[in-house]
Amino acid sequence: MIAAPKPDLVTVNIDGVDIAVPKGTNVIEAAKQLQKDVPHYCYHPKLTVAGNCRMCMVEMGMPAVDPATKAPVMDAATGKQKINWIPRPQIGCGTTVAPGMHIKTSSPMVKDAREGVMEFLLVNHPLDCPICDQAGECKLQEQATGYGRGYSRFIEEKNVKPKRTQLGPRVTLDDERCILCSRCVRFSKEIAQDDVLGFVDRGSYSTLTCHPGKKLENNYSLNTVDICPVGALTSTDFRFKMRVWFLKQTNTIDIESSAGVNAVIWSREGVIYRLTPRRNDEVNDTWMADSGRLLYKQVAAPDRLAAVIVNGAASSLDIALNAAAELLKSGSVAIVGSGRASVEEQFLLKNLADQLGVNASLVARTGQGDKLLISSDRNPNVRGALVTGLVSALPAAQLAQLAADIDSGKVKTVLSHGEDLAAAGLTAAQLAKVAIIYLGTHANATSAAAKVVLPTLHTFEKAGTFVNQQFRIQKFAAAVPGPQGSSNDLVVLAKLLGPAAPASDVHGLWPALAAAVPALATMLYKNIPETGLLLDSTPWAGLPFVEGESLKYKPAAAA
Amino acid sequence: MPAPVQTRVIFKHIDEPGYTNDLGCYLRHGGYETLKKSVARPPADLIEEVKKSGLRGRGGAGFPCGVKWSLVDRKSGKPIYLIVNADESEPGTFKDRYIMHQDPHQLIEGTIISCFANNVKQAYIYIRGEMPEGARILEKAIAEARAANLVGPNILGTGYSCEIYVHRGAGAYICGEETGLIESLEGKRANPRIKPPYFPAVLGLYQCPTIVNNVETLCQVKHIADIGGEAYAKTGTPGNTGTRIFCVSGHVQRPGYYEFPAGTITMGQLLNEVCGGPLPGRTFKAVIPGGSSAKVLRFGERYKGKRKVGADMVDYDWGVEDVPMDFDSLAMIGSMGGSGGVIVMDDSVNMVEALANINAFYQHESCGQCTPCREGSLWMKKISSRMVHGDARKEDAALLKSVADQIPGRTICAFGEACSWPTQSFLIKFKDEFEGYAEAKKALPADRLSLV
Repeated sequence: MIAAPKPDLVTVNIDGVDIAVPKGTNVIEAAKQLQKDVPHYCYHPKLTVAGNCRMCMVEMGMPAVDPATKAPVMDAATGKQKINWIPRPQIGCGTTVAPGMHIKTSSPMVKDAREGVMEFLLVNHPLDCPICDQAGECKLQEQATGYGRGYSRFIEEKNVKPKRTQLGPRVTLDDERCILCSRCVRFSKEIAQDDVLGFVDRGSYSTLTCHPGKKLENNYSLNTVDICPVGALTSTDFRFKMRVWFLKQTNTIDIESSAGVNAVIWSREGVIYRLTPRRNDEVNDTWMADSGRLLYKQVAAPDRLAAVIVNGAASSLDIALNAAAELLKSGSVAIVGSGRASVEEQFLLKNLADQLGVNASLVARTGQGDKLLISSDRNPNVRGALVTGLVSALPAAQLAQLAADIDSGKVKTVLSHGEDLAAAGLTAAQLAKVAIIYLGTHANATSAAAKVVLPTLHTFEKAGTFVNQQFRIQKFAAAVPGPQGSSNDLVVLAKLLGPAAPASDVHGLWPALAAAVPALATMLYKNIPETGLLLDSTPWAGLPFVEGESLKYKPAAAA
Repeated sequence: MPAPVQTRVIFKHIDEPGYTNDLGCYLRHGGYETLKKSVARPPADLIEEVKKSGLRGRGGAGFPCGVKWSLVDRKSGKPIYLIVNADESEPGTFKDRYIMHQDPHQLIEGTIISCFANNVKQAYIYIRGEMPEGARILEKAIAEARAANLVGPNILGTGYSCEIYVHRGAGAYICGEETGLIESLEGKRANPRIKPPYFPAVLGLYQCPTIVNNVETLCQVKHIADIGGEAYAKTGTPGNTGTRIFCVSGHVQRPGYYEFPAGTITMGQLLNEVCGGPLPGRTFKAVIPGGSSAKVLRFGERYKGKRKVGADMVDYDWGVEDVPMDFDSLAMIGSMGGSGGVIVMDDSVNMVEALANINAFYQHESCGQCTPCREGSLWMKKISSRMVHGDARKEDAALLKSVADQIPGRTICAFGEACSWPTQSFLIKFKDEFEGYAEAKKALPADRLSLV
């Protein structure tokens, strides 16, 4: 017996199976819950319904009632209420569930309709899959295989449309491949709020283009490439670089701000080819800024640090660690942590600060928020430093206290975890006055001035967690190995801690982390879901966080 | 046998010598008297008269006007708009143009009465882009009517105000589809909207409840308001009340527009007696009874079945000539009354070439929004054009039919039907001609084509 549905649920019957789904759900989403595929192109769960591709057609019927008495009409053969099937197929995306609605997702009528639409979509499509970047992740390929007839009856000449149109700095358009689903048009209008795309000409000659004098150059333009179901919109950066089926996918978190956008790294043989967003309805829906995607280029940047350096000369890791330990032992140490480091690294650094009996500071990095997925706080993990107790107040952009302490001679050694002290306001003279231990990924004024340089890993090369603006802890995994000569930050920090280090890897560290940090109590790295976990943020509720309202974040009301 | 006599109601003064399209002339012929009568009545009464009249929309679908009005969401608190669909674009149809050119005040009066009945404060006349002259005439007529306090604020001192604006269309057939029209009126590309949820009666112009009526329909409303719904319903036949205007074009002796009580005249009477029959030495071959998107009828075919006459079901056995010209009879034999555009083809016409012409039109007019219509209409055009201008194959007949079958019932708007019905019906009715075209073509003179 089926339990009576909750008031906000509607029971529908899909291919003979009753299912209760929330009111307002459309047939595609309802069928998805039963693992029934309703193929579609134009429908996107985060955009308005356009209903133009006609691929998602299903057969629909409603329970019959006598028009006069409103009494149910029963079917004598089955003893159930008769279903009045609509004689023509209905679109699944635009059909909202109603109580008692019956749906067939693979009846002969539905199959015939899909075959017709598939054939129509392909008649003017160039079928240039062998040279198309979308091949392997193309809805047209997948659904032609799954729902098409498998042969062509088209002997006419195909339409000719513009190829290789540069819609903007990052997006290239092939109009012949376009199936006019209008996802990109709706995305630009509804999400990016930059209504620059539209169709010109009509009928099958309709052509996607930018409005005259406009370009698709907003910082979310690459999302149109993600949602393009075919190879019409391609990333100018990724175009012709790699077949997608060769690429390994690794979950990561966008490092450009505290929004904590979920992303996927696509890599092959230690080389990253692209970053794309990963759906998380609580954080970023299915979107990601272009700027965050291009940060993978940091990994193989020419200024990447790879050599361990002690006193200006290449050295070995052991010698460098000993040199660093000696410097730390000599006292008068200051520690500069990073809002870009992982929770685990911040935890070890906090342990090191405690061991040395000093406080650590952080460098703030702020900018204008875009109200969407780039927040004002451009460090991905300032809240991690709060949670681990590395710092107890929000950081400033300038290390004024450190500068004063160096001037007064109070500080003689500075350990910087990835922060360029010059960028944080220290002068060359101040840098020269102290012994610097620098753990970092890229060359800068601090690494140049440092006594000990310990090359470490980029976020995409290591595992860990970040705490985003919502106080959601989200984990990321290592996609590619670091350059030769670099070491995992956790390994370096654990060595500097010496025997007191609880562990030097993420999994090993978590029991200690959970024991020491109240907000993370009872958690383990492996148990954090891919969509993250919200932490209790009440201990930090009074802090003046810089983030403004954005897609999935509302700042606490100003006190 | 004498030709049946026309009953000109809407076209009463069309082509009447000395009748001009200015306000003075209209008033001299009793114009705006119905409006004066109507604004003194409760609006609900007028709606009731229209319901009683059984008036069916004259734009093509034949949807009952009273039902359309009763579907309007009057509880939303939003303003209700009325749009006059004057985008007369269906090939073979040329009735609304003459009303607007020669008797614009009749339309304005009908519009204001309909607005008053439905508590509409703002109406738009969406006139086809290719009719600049009509737009100028309407602008002038509205200005005259406003000056005479028949349009605008406080009409005839009743406290009721209503503005009418003329909006010129965007030069596309699809702008005549009501939701496409609304999009176009909002300043966008005329892509028809999906229904549900965008039924004009609920979410129409600017997401407000909207009534979209054809020009002739609103003129009929004026007439209904004048004589009353019951009296109106006595004209014509039950279910097909009032007069219908037939726009006869093609191969007849006297093409033109003719107004008759609906259903009282047969196709044969219309073509042979009213229009003078076929051209000398020719015979009728086919007729499209309701604008080019209606399904073609073939002379010599018999249509058999049962139909309701009064309360009884009676057998009918009709040739094309015997079919009464009303919505239901034409629907019964598998076509439609549509917009009243009767297109006649005689034995000089090659059906493949005729279809190629029709397909070229519909391909050009598909908005391109949804897949079956967008791709199907062009594919059909490419096939039929190739048959005519290039190599025809025997199997093209079956292919054309099959492509057409993949379109109707699967599109956002009725254009899917409009573009596929000609191909479907031509291929059913003249299959032999399509299959034999490759052979027949060899005997045709090379310079014969003046069509496509």
